[in-house]
Amino acid sequence: MLEINDLHAGIGDREILKGISLKVKAGEIHAVMGPNGSGKSTLAQVLAGNPSYEVTRGTVSYGGQNLLEMDPEVRAQNGIFLAFQYPVEIPGVSNAYFLRSAYNEIRKANGQEEVDPLEFLDLVEEKLKLVDMDESMLSRSVNQGFSGGEKKRNEIFQMAVLSPRLAILDETDSGLDIDALRIVAEGVNKLRSPENATIVVTHYQRLLNYIVPDYVHVLANGRIVKSGGKELALELEEKGYDWLQNTGASASAGSAA
Amino acid sequence: MNSARENPGVARDDATRDAATKPGASSVNTRVPGSIEVYREDFERQTAGPDWLQTLRKQGMARFQALGFPTMKNEDWHFTSVAPIAERTFRPATQKAPVKRVDLDRFNFGEKAWHTLVFVNGAYSEDLSSGTGFGKGVRVTGLAQAIKSGSAVIEHHLGKIATFEQHAFTALNTAFISEGMFIELAADTVVEQPIHVVFVSDGDGVSHPRNLIVAGRHSRATVIESYVSPRDSGYFTNAVTEITLGEGAHLDHYKLQRESESAFHVGTVQTRQERNSQLHSFSFAVGGSLARTNIYTSLDGDAATCTLNGLYLTDGAQHIDNQTSIEHIAPNCPSHELYKGVLDGRSHGVFNGKVYVHPEAQKTDGKQSNNNLLLSPTARVDTKPQLEIFADDVKCTHGATVGRLDDLAMFYLNSRGIGPETARMLLTYAFAADVLETIALEPLKQQLEKMVLARFADEAVA
Repeated sequence: MLEINDLHAGIGDREILKGISLKVKAGEIHAVMGPNGSGKSTLAQVLAGNPSYEVTRGTVSYGGQNLLEMDPEVRAQNGIFLAFQYPVEIPGVSNAYFLRSAYNEIRKANGQEEVDPLEFLDLVEEKLKLVDMDESMLSRSVNQGFSGGEKKRNEIFQMAVLSPRLAILDETDSGLDIDALRIVAEGVNKLRSPENATIVVTHYQRLLNYIVPDYVHVLANGRIVKSGGKELALELEEKGYDWLQNTGASASAGSAA
Repeated sequence: MNSARENPGVARDDATRDAATKPGASSVNTRVPGSIEVYREDFERQTAGPDWLQTLRKQGMARFQALGFPTMKNEDWHFTSVAPIAERTFRPATQKAPVKRVDLDRFNFGEKAWHTLVFVNGAYSEDLSSGTGFGKGVRVTGLAQAIKSGSAVIEHHLGKIATFEQHAFTALNTAFISEGMFIELAADTVVEQPIHVVFVSDGDGVSHPRNLIVAGRHSRATVIESYVSPRDSGYFTNAVTEITLGEGAHLDHYKLQRESESAFHVGTVQTRQERNSQLHSFSFAVGGSLARTNIYTSLDGDAATCTLNGLYLTDGAQHIDNQTSIEHIAPNCPSHELYKGVLDGRSHGVFNGKVYVHPEAQKTDGKQSNNNLLLSPTARVDTKPQLEIFADDVKCTHGATVGRLDDLAMFYLNSRGIGPETARMLLTYAFAADVLETIALEPLKQQLEKMVLARFADEAVA
């Protein structure tokens, strides 16, 4: 589904990703872990097409297409979803209007009929339950006045409604208490299917107790320094990141596959 | 943000106007008369009125001639050059403009129940007006007719609320007082349906609508003033509305400035408020090549309240200037103000909001904000909130912002499948919608929301 080869990217003159290679197949969950500043969030933003980042080298193919040539909205219309680490507040635009616009734009791009507000309401009711949110949130402005936990749940709610083929969760666990974490994880697990894939970007192993990954990759200084199964996350929890940063520089080459 | 701009072209204009305003200086020659002299000639040609009105007009003309058109050296006009108005000679607009009912459909919101008064090029049109059946104690009529029937109320108030000592355009309007709306509400009267007063202009002349609202104790009404045109033409509207609110009176006042894109508009709404009265003003400005709206109120009585809100949308080479003034004279008065501007193209927006808290006005609660959104790199806005406090026990805040669409919010919308055009429209609309929310008159709110959304949607498609 997704194939990243020797990806270099950064902001301005600062290179943040220094040669990432990673393959994600349908049905898989990949965890990307690493210390602060390792480039985890940059990877997530670059995959979603944030124009603030510049890709300087490498290729990314998604479903056989050149992902890097697609505008962010085209990526979304093709099934990519990024759950933001810091969801953006948009005063004056209701969640319902925002999400229905998104839903309809994606349908239009895929040659499907748009849905009207009533149909849309039917459709989202069940998804709201999934993340334990009240219908009243639909009439509130997007993320405005939301608590940290509400914002993250709203991201998962949007993901549930838009049902992406490739979901990228950028530090969705940061700032969440254990109850919110469980709600978010359950939401993600319910959406899991053999056709979809998920990349979970996280600093802590904690989330992976609830979302069990097939692969774990450790990012340090813009490179993947180690890849392994879910047990790698536990090892990291025990030993910390220093262990890999100090010893693993040479392990970077061709890490994931 | 607050930045001055010196325009050499305008400095030159000032010199020409100075010459024109000093009759002694260079009058003995054969040059084409300046615009002020033309106003003087047309002033002399007016149909006579009662003595008190003749006197008032003369005072207006004398003051206008003494002041001349304001220059950018005048603090109140620092960001706006009126040269395009001053350099033209506008003759009184012909009162035989062929305006039909169908021309007005898009301006009257299809609200059949509203009382509608229509003025074409300044003249009252009985044919186009509709809506009667006002209750006892309510008078809604053309000012000319009311003056003819000898109303002492008009003589008592006209020219007393809208001061023209320092305001050239108000002085000019006063020199030409003849027609406009007159609304008189006796004590305790309530007008349920909104009164919509539509000033239609067409052609290249000038009209000076003069309006007066006298609201008695505990009376209540909603008045909408619309300034519109059936087609694009370069006329000049110079309007003045005087409002007096008696004790406990409540007025919702909407000014909708939708002049044609080549038109010029200067409009003042000036209010005096007695104790416990409420003024809720909303000023919507989208039209004109050069437009200025002044909304002034004076909180004369204890616990009088005002909210002055507004939205201006500019594009192309438009220049839209909004000035507000709130005089806190009496104690315990809350005043709230929110003006928003969305500026595109090479347009220029101006906001200047003054709040004066006089020494007696203790326990004043004043809040003022002005927020602007620049959609293009060549659009410009000058904002100047001004707060002057001479009392010591008050709560006052003010602030102004100028910003562009947030890149991160754009990316957030894009990342959800919403393309840049729609995202831009959504964010722009959201910025403006927030102040439209404050409109109490539900059908008007919905119509303006629709209009604003359509405007940004058109731009998104283009």
